[in-house]
Amino acid sequence: MKLREIAHSRTGDKGTAANISVIAYRAEDYPLLERYVTAARVQDHFQGIVRGEVKRYALPRIGALNFVLPDALSGGVTRSLALDAHGKSLSSALLSLDLPDAEGKESSNGR
Amino acid sequence: MRSIRIGAGAGYAGDRIEPAVELAEKGRLDYLVFECLAERTIALAQQEKRKDPSRGYDPLLSERMRKVLEPCRAGGVKIVTNAGAANPVAAAEMVREIARALGLAGVRVAAVTGDDVLGQLEGSLRIQETGGTLADLGDRVISANAYIGAQPVAEALALSADVVITGRAADSALFLAPLVHEFGWSMEDWTRLGRGTLAGHLLECAGQITGGYFADPGPKDVPDLARLGFPIGEVDEDGGLVITKVEGSGGGVSAATCKEQLLYEIDDPARYLAPDVVADFSGVEIREIGPDRVSVRGATGHDRPETLKLSIGYRDGYIGEGQISYAGPGAVARARLALRIVEERLRLTGVRCRETRFELIGVDALHGATLSSGGPEPYEVRARVVGRTDSADEALRIGNEVETLYTNGPAAGGGATRHVREVIAVASAFLPRERVSTRVQCLEVTP
Repeated sequence: MKLREIAHSRTGDKGTAANISVIAYRAEDYPLLERYVTAARVQDHFQGIVRGEVKRYALPRIGALNFVLPDALSGGVTRSLALDAHGKSLSSALLSLDLPDAEGKESSNGR
Repeated sequence: MRSIRIGAGAGYAGDRIEPAVELAEKGRLDYLVFECLAERTIALAQQEKRKDPSRGYDPLLSERMRKVLEPCRAGGVKIVTNAGAANPVAAAEMVREIARALGLAGVRVAAVTGDDVLGQLEGSLRIQETGGTLADLGDRVISANAYIGAQPVAEALALSADVVITGRAADSALFLAPLVHEFGWSMEDWTRLGRGTLAGHLLECAGQITGGYFADPGPKDVPDLARLGFPIGEVDEDGGLVITKVEGSGGGVSAATCKEQLLYEIDDPARYLAPDVVADFSGVEIREIGPDRVSVRGATGHDRPETLKLSIGYRDGYIGEGQISYAGPGAVARARLALRIVEERLRLTGVRCRETRFELIGVDALHGATLSSGGPEPYEVRARVVGRTDSADEALRIGNEVETLYTNGPAAGGGATRHVREVIAVASAFLPRERVSTRVQCLEVTP
């Protein structure tokens, strides 16, 4: 199962850091997010893009997680050479993350 | 309990204009706020002002005011905007002239200044991003502006200003100020200031909370984005907030749109740093209470920071770029060959780049090779070469080397473009808040 099936997401930028929210569509799916969408998994998903250590903040009352990716924008919006200098498309990349399906198995295709 | 209605008429400098007119005419507003300053805008505006002392404010401000001043005057709606950029006083004079031309006698336009601190900084000031000092940036520094808070804007409103124009005020402070003014909130009432800051944070990007930047056909459909309605925040005396929009406008306000905007550009949700308060959004609850009506409750706040953040604009070399497209069988292989050729050409001709990217739009430009691998080969692809140089001349040669692929590169490349821009970068620093003193000037349209 892809993360996109149970959650939506938006990216913001602050200086050289990107933040990515992951929000459960249904409150009952929030525990899945808490359990499987860890800072370590997000760090791994974005290897090569994020340089600093990914931090995760939990907001159980709205069923959401907030990930902060320091130094993910190659120098920040104002000087980056990247096509997407704001990193705005990162949210879609995160929603392609694989989660275990109902039987607890992860699909084999990593993308 | 008394509440006021604040509309967000722009989420950035170039935003659509009609949704603000719709808000002014049909929003039953008390205030209409235009947030028009990105990080870099003020540095660019400062350069404009140096060339012409009557410029340096947002070029779209005059059109916005021409469209909304009359309906706002008719409905008793006050306007707050940071579109003054590097020159709030010149912006206020311009708006007064527009009001005069529209025959709106008695309109008062206030300019808030004091955010420009360039002349009062020591060279030893520590720059956050570089780890160096202001002196290290030398004569490349263009601007230095403090993020000022709600107080001077509230002062201007207390002087019966109909339009308040600031420079680098914090985005959320533009919304907090009317609340402080209307409800007489103390500037040390951290809970209410935290709630008002949340209202500002949610509203400041305008359409981003009413269905803009949200649609994903299938899982997240949004109706009528071409006529997206901009948001209205109904805020009560205790800082309780309802987000809504004009009935019949496009888009939609839901718990989901509000949650996405709550976490937009946020680091630690328990410590949202604003000039007037450290707001805490960690306990916020969001609930749909009617069609396009969402209640947001539970923000708090703590003592304001002792320092104000500064935004420092400086010249940081040039960026040169070239692009060219390939299509059909073998497109990706030809585009990769094109990139290799340009890379070698830049080396052979001695173009010195501090940093470069060679990538294929449609393949790996956004997220690099790892995340992009494994997809089917696209029908068409666009090669992109971009580099940072110290001189404009070298930046131009990057695009030129892409263009010469027409007659010197792989078969069937088309649509080459090239582009050079000077980089105006922005860095941040912190200044004790007592070092920043603001001033309010009020102009009036006399009959």
